[in-house]
Amino acid sequence: MEFFATYFPNLTLGFATAVTPINLLYCFTGVFVGTMVGVLPGIGPLAAIAMLLPATFNLPPVGALIMLAGIYYGTQYGGSTTAILVKLPGESASVVTCIDGHEMAKKGRAGPALAIAAVGSFIAGTVGTILIAVAGPPIAEMALKFGAPEYFSLMCMGLIASAVLAHGNMLKAIAMIFLGLLFGIIGTDVNSGMSRFTFGMSGLADGLSFVVVAMGLFGFGEILANLERGQDQASRDLLAAKIEHLYPTWEDMKLSIGPILRGTAIGAFFGTLPGAGPTIAAFSTYALEKKVAKHPERFGTGEIQAVAGPESANNAAAQCAFIPTLTLGIPGSGTMALMLGALTIQGIAPGPQVMTQRPDLFWGLIASMWIGNLMLVILNLPLIGLWVKLLTVPYRFLFPGIMVFMAIGVYSVNNLDLDIYMTIYFGLMGYVFQKLKCEPAPLILAFVLGPLMEENLRRALLISRGDPTVFFTRPISAGFLIATILLVILMVLPAIRKKREEVLAEETT
Amino acid sequence: MSLKIKSQEDFWGGLLFIGFGILAIVVARDYPMGSTMRMGPGYFPTYIGVILIILGAIISLISFKVHGEAVGTFAWRPMILLPIGFAAFGWAIDNIGFILALVILIVLSSLAGREFKIKEVIGMCIVLVTGSWALFIYGLELPFPLWWWR
Repeated sequence: MEFFATYFPNLTLGFATAVTPINLLYCFTGVFVGTMVGVLPGIGPLAAIAMLLPATFNLPPVGALIMLAGIYYGTQYGGSTTAILVKLPGESASVVTCIDGHEMAKKGRAGPALAIAAVGSFIAGTVGTILIAVAGPPIAEMALKFGAPEYFSLMCMGLIASAVLAHGNMLKAIAMIFLGLLFGIIGTDVNSGMSRFTFGMSGLADGLSFVVVAMGLFGFGEILANLERGQDQASRDLLAAKIEHLYPTWEDMKLSIGPILRGTAIGAFFGTLPGAGPTIAAFSTYALEKKVAKHPERFGTGEIQAVAGPESANNAAAQCAFIPTLTLGIPGSGTMALMLGALTIQGIAPGPQVMTQRPDLFWGLIASMWIGNLMLVILNLPLIGLWVKLLTVPYRFLFPGIMVFMAIGVYSVNNLDLDIYMTIYFGLMGYVFQKLKCEPAPLILAFVLGPLMEENLRRALLISRGDPTVFFTRPISAGFLIATILLVILMVLPAIRKKREEVLAEETT
Repeated sequence: MSLKIKSQEDFWGGLLFIGFGILAIVVARDYPMGSTMRMGPGYFPTYIGVILIILGAIISLISFKVHGEAVGTFAWRPMILLPIGFAAFGWAIDNIGFILALVILIVLSSLAGREFKIKEVIGMCIVLVTGSWALFIYGLELPFPLWWWR
């Protein structure tokens, strides 16, 4: 312990903050509720966090963030559970888990698949925690030197990356970014005090609440899409009965350790990159594991490596996504944008200064991430039976409940009925976007970054006296922009484009 | 070359973006543009509008060349009933109280689904209203009036 305190003074403070009984309780509640909601079909992490956000308003900041982080991991894990058991990925990051995980479940090996997913996630989470502790402070220190041009270019990179790496049509994803920026403008302009795009509604003076946008696009819209599809009840009950033994064999463990470590590395890389995140990490790991496997032809028939790798990758990425969010104040994904929003609601301005001004909060959150991961392992494996039962709840009982939660959640933010009506608007839009295959995740990211981006663009151009070359003459800023351009070129190149489509196409098979 | 829409989702998606772009520019006309050095409130939205129109146009044009999927039918019943239920909640919570607002929302939502069994819906009302009261009013102390007399 002495040794630990000397070399990791920050983590020690973090654990001291996180291991109070009340914070452990928040962490537990978050993980438990998160898994529960994640298991329910049709609610991804984004909608789950948006839904449960109001429940944390009255908590102290540290507790609120710890609980939200728990919810985040819980929903991720819950998503994997449904992916394996019923081939319903709770969110895009567990899409690849479906392929082999569900095949394993069909062979009666759902238990080992779930267990290895949990163990892999835990290992990845542990590495991720250490990585944040080591890399966080230097990055934050570097970020303190960033000026407006650097921030603007970094945000460009994050946004474009989120579009390029999203699945589906890249042009539509980029258009969604600009739409998100446009929605972000709604409200009072900080510089001129002018109301923009409020259409005379005083309730919009402070801008649209991101809870409204997220709930509408991801909650409300999702319910509409689910009701259109109807639910396939028969296939759900079928596999629920088939979990016999839970623990993986020694052979399974040996096969999985390599994929877990490789997945962790890939996940950590993509997670740290703003805009990338868990989904692309999981897909890349799957592709890599298929390359290095002794029997690549067996992939798709229930190989444990194909579950272990991507599951570790998406958890490592989920963990490391906190690095840009907490140190730079720039969220890397829609989910992180929500976490950032939660910080703001708690009265904390996100950015590099959080680490020095509120070390208890920063390090407490990091420590509780690890505790949350540990809880997932010891909690979820024994509770799988309960989650399976939840899966058999028919959708007609679920969605009215989700509607109730969303309604109370949206209303409680400002006690404003306008928020309720705006949620309807975004819900209908979310449904239309789904019909037109427009990915809404880049939109919400851009929506949160929009005001920051405008402000930094404005400031950068003011400093440079209106000269737009400033973004290329400052080295760090130029670096970000060049990386952005490279990313786009790479993706447009025919060879790589084909490869990308191949990898992303696997989700449909 | 025939001008046939090969990807309906791209065609309509492109038009949607163009529509938002035009709306942005039209509304932003009332805001001063300023200069590149001193951006006015109209600067950022106007350029976003321009880019949206360009992107939307490209997406729509490509839809004549590259095959895609049809948009398919819409789920009209939930698309009408869920918004009504939600809006009714927004009105009701301030006027007739939390409990009735929830009951209205649950009943209207259930009507949007494929099956509607009156006994189940009554059961759901009891469970959800009690649960929400326990969690939000009693537990989290959210200041909502329970009934119209407060």
